[in-house]
Amino acid sequence: MSNSEWPLWEVFIRSKAGLHHKHAGSLHAVDQQMAIENARDVYTRRNEGLSIWVVESKHITASDPEDGDMFEAAKTKAYRHPTFYDIPDEIGHM
Amino acid sequence: MGNNNNLLEYILRIADNSLILGHRVSEWCGHGPSLETDIGLTNIALDLVGHARTLLDYAAEVQNLDKSADDLAFLRDVRGFKNCLLVEQPNGNFADTIARQFLFDSFNYHFYEALQESQDAQLVAIAKKSIKEIAYHYRYSAEWMIRLGDGTDESYEKMQAALEQLWTYTDELFRMDALDEAMLEAGIGVDLKLVKIYWNERVDHILAEALLSRPKDAWMQKGGKQGMHSEHMGFILAEMQWMQRAYPGLEW
Repeated sequence: MSNSEWPLWEVFIRSKAGLHHKHAGSLHAVDQQMAIENARDVYTRRNEGLSIWVVESKHITASDPEDGDMFEAAKTKAYRHPTFYDIPDEIGHM
Repeated sequence: MGNNNNLLEYILRIADNSLILGHRVSEWCGHGPSLETDIGLTNIALDLVGHARTLLDYAAEVQNLDKSADDLAFLRDVRGFKNCLLVEQPNGNFADTIARQFLFDSFNYHFYEALQESQDAQLVAIAKKSIKEIAYHYRYSAEWMIRLGDGTDESYEKMQAALEQLWTYTDELFRMDALDEAMLEAGIGVDLKLVKIYWNERVDHILAEALLSRPKDAWMQKGGKQGMHSEHMGFILAEMQWMQRAYPGLEW
């Protein structure tokens, strides 16, 4: 039995309540249920997770890493970072 | 002391089921049909060895001979092991392993469920802790039964053949001998007749969903619980115990 024909899935794990799901890696599985089970076995063995999302990799649309122009415009706009405000001392660490 | 001997023997039966099946399943480590199933099976093996460890710790305490769980695991010989014959059967192909796991998990789940009602506080604590993992093992093996039974012609044939092959070892799981009766009487042991009712329901339900047929009861094997094992047992122990036998007391 080979799993080379099994579809590829991307796995997202939420490690703590309140945090968002974070990409953990990918795996092969024949269906959604098996993808969840496999993700449990492969990515949460050391108590890493409270919740798992899986999505078949083919459903992810990705930007082209070669397309440098896509992010170019944002590079020179430092003013978009909220670093120009004076924070009163009483607020403390933000 | 007689009662303690009974208790010790009873704990060994439960512990050895987990230890020997855990060892068997661990043989898949690095050989699984896919990376995902490899790690899935290895997790199950580790859970089972973990259950065995807790139980053998308790057995060593009951035995009160200044021996450890390791002594019980690695220094007993074939006749000293009290696991049922089902768990010592070879891994075979993936369908054989899944069938063995499914038949055992379905039993083990209901056994541990009943064990939670025991008068023995230590067994209750162990059962409560282990049953969550056993429930997961059951889910894993049941889903694979359905996937392979209701899969391709080839997977169906292999699954059905595996069931036929292993069916002869299922009756022993529920066969009450004098020790089982005595432990039930004492309020410590489990009523295997009840476990069988739940097991039948569970197995029939999954087999129906998997489009597999329940094998007919024919000649049923027994003896493992009394220490009379199949020819496989010596080979299992040879591999499992060789290090402690060759280098007594070795730690790492």
